[in-house]
Amino acid sequence: MATELNSAADQKVTGKEPVIEIGHLKKAFGDNVVLSDFNLKIYEGENVVVMGKSGIGKTILIKCIIGLVKPDGGLLKVFGKDISKLNHQELDDMRTRIGFVFQSSALYDSMTVRQNLEFPLRRHRRKKITGTLDELVREALHNVGLENTIDLMPSELSGGMRKRIGIARSLILKPELVLYDEPTTGLDPITSEEITRLIMDLQQKYKTTAIIITHDTVMAREAANRIVFLWKGIAYKEGTYDELIHDQDSEIKHFFTR
Amino acid sequence: MTTTRKSDTIFSKAFDEFLSEIAELASFAARFFREGIKPPYEFKEVLNQCYEIGIKSFILVSITAFILGLVLVMQSRPTMVEFGAGSFLPAMSSISIVREIGPLVTALICAGKIGSGISAELGSMKVTEQIDAMEVSGTNPFKYLVATRILATTLMIPVLTVYADCISLIGAFTGSNIKDDVNLTFYINRVFEALHYTDIAPAFIKTFFFGFIIGLVGCTKGYNSKKGTEGVGKAANVSVVVAMVGVIIIDMVVTQITSMLGYL
Ligand SMILES: Nc1ncnc2c1ncn2[C@@H]1O[C@H](COP(=O)(O)OP(=O)(O)OP(=O)(O)O)[C@@H](O)[C@H]1O
Ligand SMILES: [Mg+2]
Repeated sequence: MATELNSAADQKVTGKEPVIEIGHLKKAFGDNVVLSDFNLKIYEGENVVVMGKSGIGKTILIKCIIGLVKPDGGLLKVFGKDISKLNHQELDDMRTRIGFVFQSSALYDSMTVRQNLEFPLRRHRRKKITGTLDELVREALHNVGLENTIDLMPSELSGGMRKRIGIARSLILKPELVLYDEPTTGLDPITSEEITRLIMDLQQKYKTTAIIITHDTVMAREAANRIVFLWKGIAYKEGTYDELIHDQDSEIKHFFTR
Repeated sequence: MTTTRKSDTIFSKAFDEFLSEIAELASFAARFFREGIKPPYEFKEVLNQCYEIGIKSFILVSITAFILGLVLVMQSRPTMVEFGAGSFLPAMSSISIVREIGPLVTALICAGKIGSGISAELGSMKVTEQIDAMEVSGTNPFKYLVATRILATTLMIPVLTVYADCISLIGAFTGSNIKDDVNLTFYINRVFEALHYTDIAPAFIKTFFFGFIIGLVGCTKGYNSKKGTEGVGKAANVSVVVAMVGVIIIDMVVTQITSMLGYL
């Protein structure tokens, strides 16, 4: 309840439409109910961190937002448009405005780094781009500090480098909204911190709105305007980092004092 | 429904598996004809895949086809000579090669090499979210990955078969020359005398079906593979078995049909 009141108050203050509006979202795989009644509103320029145990449905949540997973019910509006009512072309157009950083980086194994970065530029035929492919690719690589990998294959990159190339690829169309799926998981603390800083710098540079899924409390502290704790299929708790670390709820305490 | 089955015997279980296999392939094939053949087409990717298939199987097909042609002649020669039919050797070997050995061996090799490769590739793309990544990049992964591969195998297996037939005939010629001294022009003449349109056409047509089933099975197994690297390995393995059985069943059906049409 408190959540909804807060968001309503936010909206009154900013007077803006939310970038993402999720209401009573439901998704189940057979008997496995992943999202039962999930509610969340995200406003322009916000960084919202989603936390929660492994297998709880964080990836499914953001895959619903970009239309990779079809929810069973509920409302899901992105940029003011109901995702479920979009036709194929409209969905593709909307996806050019969203960057998605996959948990497993999802670099195309059969392509070089350059071809990986060119792929979204070539395939989103209707997106207007300024500059040549080569310029855009180099700019994207420069942003993540990996200019010298341009002709390497993904198999020749380390895990951290793959994550960065994945981020570069997701940002190459200059999206307004970026969905990060565990960008620092499996990396050492120093690399994690670098990636956190990278994400925040890019955020500053391109003025994006973001959902960041992470288990990394350092990242949550650094990057989050707001943290949503996903549990039992709902947005169980919502608040700033400081609010959540002092929360008395055992589930949440457990998570932050790990 | 009320009659209780005594037990799930191995046989009935295998039969159930066989049926669900067919259902899976059929629904994938239906999707191919519904989605895969609508524009915009991915011509470049089809060519790319054809090239890959050619490169990957070229050497294997060459070696196998040559040896089989050679061995076929060496093994049948003593019997044929014994019956005084030694001069039929070129005719017999060319018919065996063009009708059966060339198409079947090429298809089986490609089922092993190409089919498993496709399913491992698509399986790992699925598991590592590359297929999802394509979808959010304005690409229909079914068309870009699956339809192009099925088309490529359907086009390339016939090409490879023709090539295998030629190499195999060269092998047979070499085999004839080990014991006898056969003139090349004479050999070629005998081969073309022996081969009729009714030998070549059905054999050539069936290779398109072989190619289709190899691509279809490889793609189905890869695209539907379960999460985890174990799932990918299993998909590749199953796809080889299913594609080989599929090829042999098609071969049998085609032989039946050609025989009913009186071409045999
Ligand atoms: N395609 C699918 N078919 C069936 N169940 C699925 C499928 N995808 C996900 N699930 C189930 O949905 C649940 C949530 O999965 P999800 O990938 O969203 O977890 P997660 O919160 O991202 O976990 P992690 O932190 O480990 O990435 C899991 O229980 C998973 O088993
Ligand atoms: Mg996940």
